Amino acid sequence: MKNQIQLVLKDGIRDVEGERITKTAKDFLGIETGKIKTGKIFNLTYNINESDVKIFAEKGLCDEIIHNIFINSFYQNEFYKAYVLVAKLPGVTDDEGVSAQKTLNDILELNLDVNTQHIYTEEIYLIENELAENDLKILAEGLLGNKLIHHFEFGKFAGKVNYIPTVKIPDGKKVNLINLSVDDENLLELSQKMLLSLNLEEMKAIQNYFNTDDIKAIRKKNNLPELPTDLEIEILAQTWSEHCKHKEFAATINYENIETGEKKVINSLFNTYIRKSTEIVRERLKKAGNNWLLKIFTDNAGVVKIDDDSVFVWKVETHNSPSAIDPYGGAITGILGNNRDPLATGIGGAKLLFNTNVLCFGPPNYNKKLLKGQLHPKRIFEGVRHGIEDGGNKSGIPTVNGSIIFDERYSGKPLVYCGTGGVMPAKYNGVDSWLKPIDAGDIIVMAGGRVGKDGIHGATFSSAEIDENSPQSAVQIGSPITQKFVADFMQDAVKNGLIKCSTDNGAGGLSSAVGELAEISGGAIVNLEKVPLKYENLKPWEIFISESQERMIFVVEKENVTKLFQFAEEREVELSNIGKFTSTGFLDVRFEGEKIALLEMDFLHNGVPKKVMGAEWKKPKLNEPKLPQILDYNEILLKLMGSFNICSRENVIRQYDHEVKGKTIIKPLMGANGKAPQDAAVMRLNFDGFGGLAISNGICPKFGDIDAYEMSAGAFDEAVRQIISVGGKLPDVNDDSNRFWTVNDNFCVPDSAFHSENNPDGKQKLAKLVQMNEALFDLATFYNIPMTSGKDSMKNDFKAGKVKISVPPTILYSMVAKIDDVRETITSNFKARGDLIYIVGKTYDELGGSEFYKLFDELGANVPKVRRENAMRIYQKMMQANDAKIIESSHDISDGGLAITIAEKAFGGEFGAEIQLENCEKISLNAILFAESHSRFVVSVQQINQHIFEDYFGNDATFIGKVTDEAKLRISKEKLSIINVEITELMRAWDNGLEKK
Amino acid sequence: MKKVKSLIITGFGINCEEEMAAAYKIAGAESEIVHLNDILLGKKSIHNFDILNFPGGFSFGDDLGSGKVLANKMKFKKLQSGKLFLDDLKDFIASGKYIFGICNGFQFLVKMGLLPDVAEDFNQEVTLTKNNSAKYEDRWVWCKVNENSNSPFLTGIEKIQVPVRHGEGKLIIKNKKIEKKIIENNLNCLSYCDENGYETAEYPQNPNGSDLNCAALTNESGQVFGMMPHPEAFLSLYNHPNWGQLKRQNPKISEDGEGLQIFKNIVDKIIKEVK
Repeated sequence: MKNQIQLVLKDGIRDVEGERITKTAKDFLGIETGKIKTGKIFNLTYNINESDVKIFAEKGLCDEIIHNIFINSFYQNEFYKAYVLVAKLPGVTDDEGVSAQKTLNDILELNLDVNTQHIYTEEIYLIENELAENDLKILAEGLLGNKLIHHFEFGKFAGKVNYIPTVKIPDGKKVNLINLSVDDENLLELSQKMLLSLNLEEMKAIQNYFNTDDIKAIRKKNNLPELPTDLEIEILAQTWSEHCKHKEFAATINYENIETGEKKVINSLFNTYIRKSTEIVRERLKKAGNNWLLKIFTDNAGVVKIDDDSVFVWKVETHNSPSAIDPYGGAITGILGNNRDPLATGIGGAKLLFNTNVLCFGPPNYNKKLLKGQLHPKRIFEGVRHGIEDGGNKSGIPTVNGSIIFDERYSGKPLVYCGTGGVMPAKYNGVDSWLKPIDAGDIIVMAGGRVGKDGIHGATFSSAEIDENSPQSAVQIGSPITQKFVADFMQDAVKNGLIKCSTDNGAGGLSSAVGELAEISGGAIVNLEKVPLKYENLKPWEIFISESQERMIFVVEKENVTKLFQFAEEREVELSNIGKFTSTGFLDVRFEGEKIALLEMDFLHNGVPKKVMGAEWKKPKLNEPKLPQILDYNEILLKLMGSFNICSRENVIRQYDHEVKGKTIIKPLMGANGKAPQDAAVMRLNFDGFGGLAISNGICPKFGDIDAYEMSAGAFDEAVRQIISVGGKLPDVNDDSNRFWTVNDNFCVPDSAFHSENNPDGKQKLAKLVQMNEALFDLATFYNIPMTSGKDSMKNDFKAGKVKISVPPTILYSMVAKIDDVRETITSNFKARGDLIYIVGKTYDELGGSEFYKLFDELGANVPKVRRENAMRIYQKMMQANDAKIIESSHDISDGGLAITIAEKAFGGEFGAEIQLENCEKISLNAILFAESHSRFVVSVQQINQHIFEDYFGNDATFIGKVTDEAKLRISKEKLSIINVEITELMRAWDNGLEKK
Repeated sequence: MKKVKSLIITGFGINCEEEMAAAYKIAGAESEIVHLNDILLGKKSIHNFDILNFPGGFSFGDDLGSGKVLANKMKFKKLQSGKLFLDDLKDFIASGKYIFGICNGFQFLVKMGLLPDVAEDFNQEVTLTKNNSAKYEDRWVWCKVNENSNSPFLTGIEKIQVPVRHGEGKLIIKNKKIEKKIIENNLNCLSYCDENGYETAEYPQNPNGSDLNCAALTNESGQVFGMMPHPEAFLSLYNHPNWGQLKRQNPKISEDGEGLQIFKNIVDKIIKEVK
């Protein structure tokens, strides 16, 4: 039984989507499509009669002002010589189909099942030009869809569409036993065959566990076979995965400096640098009566105290690999997954306040031959951007801050960092909101989306096992609307005391979510047949580790279960009671009453053997380049302005809603014309007060090619100085101001485990990772800024046969600091003619890694260094000056250096700047204009405040000129004109940078 | 004095309910955020309120076209009492009360047939669909008020700067007859304009390419009002993208945002009517 409804736009209604595709096909693929007519097809597999179909089409689907409807027939027109049909593959999220199902029930007052898929949507594109089959294929796979998630049909449209992506999985044996009594070689082979990603040592630890007499006895008593079940092995592999146990950050590292001969043993990077630095800071804070650090490193996200009534909770994560294969799905799943972290921290139910995104891509004009499976950077960029747009906008969370970095080494795997912050009341019904109380007997309730094969074993899922009706599982597409339903419901249920605590169901699925919560009570029983499925015949192990999205686990006290379920029904959220927590010390998983997994909690969580790794450091030999003596600085500035790492992100920023919730005070772009880029974002917390937050991101991988320590230190400093720039204040361990700072550190590195064939420079890479951590420790303990949460992503290499594209070692520091009064914050753009312009901080001969050198294809050697004491002094002075309200504008100096910073300050509106460099340091003109030395700002000050300002700053500020009425940037030295350009010309270069070939 | 009671609908992907509730509070009214299903299930009645608000957001993810699924729910789904929600809305309007929709709320009112409703039969007469840019965009625009408009929401405003945040804000009018009625009755109460107040079809000052450059519609009685831009996102001066410079130019500038005036207007109007 099948009915089909097609909607197409009426003649005379502009097909803006078709126009967009025509343009993109030409610009991006070089294919001339001519006019394109878009249409949408709804395939209905419900058993309903034709008159109902007609009512549904006319009332439910069609917008009569713009649509024509075709029922069980299709729009055809000889004008269009070709077509492409884009359908989803079986099992791919079809939100629009689900919404259609819901509206069908509403309109016809039916009670049809809407929790599984019965309406399948498809897109059809009719194309004017008679394109060759190969062009249609390129158009389909390269622009209209992605062959990993879409089914395509193309050619000449014959008026029929037959494809429906129904899922059929053959029924089979539910549980298999795994024979571990084999030799080492076979153990490893087993790990590979089952896609467990466990090494020999880990496999042997599992083998030993099942061989111990105690365990054998317990299994016998519980009617379990001696051999482990597939579910048990999968649970162990999931729990021991790098993703969950961070084995490399926990490893013992033998570090050797080849030049000095110095050797040291690092017992866990995480404990030695990250946790330790935060603990040191926490002790200092405590001594002064600062008690804002509430939760660190445990739970889904860190928690800090805002005031007596509320706490701030936030997390930044990465979603790199999925974004490499399906950029849209990868990014939207990343954002929504990251949203669930603060949402499900402690008791849960935080109100999500903002998102941030930092993205690293290959350059848009990448022109190397693409490797098998590699997508063009421009396509990844657009897909990720679109994913962030939908993920943020449709959830009603403003995307307030971010950064995009281009480097050819990100053209295999992009980095997609997603951050989300939220606010919880300090207490729910008298209980501290950040706690996670669980007792034996509490019920495990799953909420949200249903379970399918999604994400099982990630992208490594073997293609050999797939036929045309197998659900697509490697790529997931998040559903913001499903999650919004769950989030809204959860916030109300928590407030009403119906939920005791919660966690999110993300990577590792139920296995991870329940397995981790069970550590609190000391065990759990899960009944897998109670888990609602998207389609039949999943095996129990698949149900348990599936990563199907938009799910939450609620811990519910027995007496609240009925009330919670009733409330869920009112809010149209599906819940299921899947088991209970125990204190038996075992994770006990059952299917239809039969025990199919019984694992000791202690072994599950603490049984993984510790890794031992080697790191070796030898400084690279680098030199400063010789550049031409005479340079045209106007031309250089225009080139820099339009370079990929500096040019405007306006087109991207405007497609993100950055002001929903009405609390964004410093947005990414400000000024009279909304063009001036800002430093940190600032948000207020409430409508009845002006307390707020500043949010920043520091990242500068380019310096890591010269010095990984300075790169990490520089990124840390960048995030700090952005917050100082907008008027934030460093934490003070000597008073009890309770002004919190909270950092998420996110390491993304190439494979750093040495292997003589596959990764011969692994030890060098690991040494860089160590140095990045040392800088983290040094800076965090110096500024007294604690890490509260973070993540590491350790294998960012794209492999195709023997070719490997590895990302440069990259660290992102994302920071949030409390702001006392958002009305006193400072924006970057010039405010009035005649204001005095100063550089705050010192410029050094540090052009190494700069955007300026990049114009000449040079790296250089003089990397910018963070001089901590100087930085601290300068920041203290900035804080004082802001207390005195004498800084009119401030912009931190980063990519591109001084000249770029001044130009950006003039992008706000009608002003220009007249700059003389006489007072600057006695270093090369190139360095003055373009060095990216850290801890610097360009500020403007009213003339009447000149003396106060200069008294405050002394030698730490250099007067360089004035804001002018004339919209020109003029820079001179000793009366010699160096730069003289119209601001509009600079802005044009800046605006169009991303479009250049 | 009795306070004006404002009902803010939420649920199903609506996401601007909090700032809308704040707007009414600042404007002196009481506001209550209520999940739509609590109304459909009969737990709350709209008739206990003076003004009913449909905030912005992405109801049902904009699937099937913005506002469409929500409009279907209201048009066809019966309340617990057996009555259609649409009929309840008709009674609400007949009793002289007000309805306000912003962005997704406006899209929904249009698809419900509540705006502009020149035929006074609650059938859909216009639509809001994909911007000519084919993009969702967040940008601040200038809008000018139709000087002949009688909308109580716009009293005393000539020109206003507010953010638009939508991908489907282009107004298309069903036919010339309806367009003529809209113009004759000044139902196109707000238009996109340039900084100097001249109405414009130019992108990006006109962000979507609407017929009549229209940014908002009212029904003839002025009781039902919907607009694409977000006045609730401009409650404070500090929401403005150029607040730093505005404050420098005029240190005494009001800390209220201009968007607040729309809420103050309607609250004042309701208070006057009660008196």
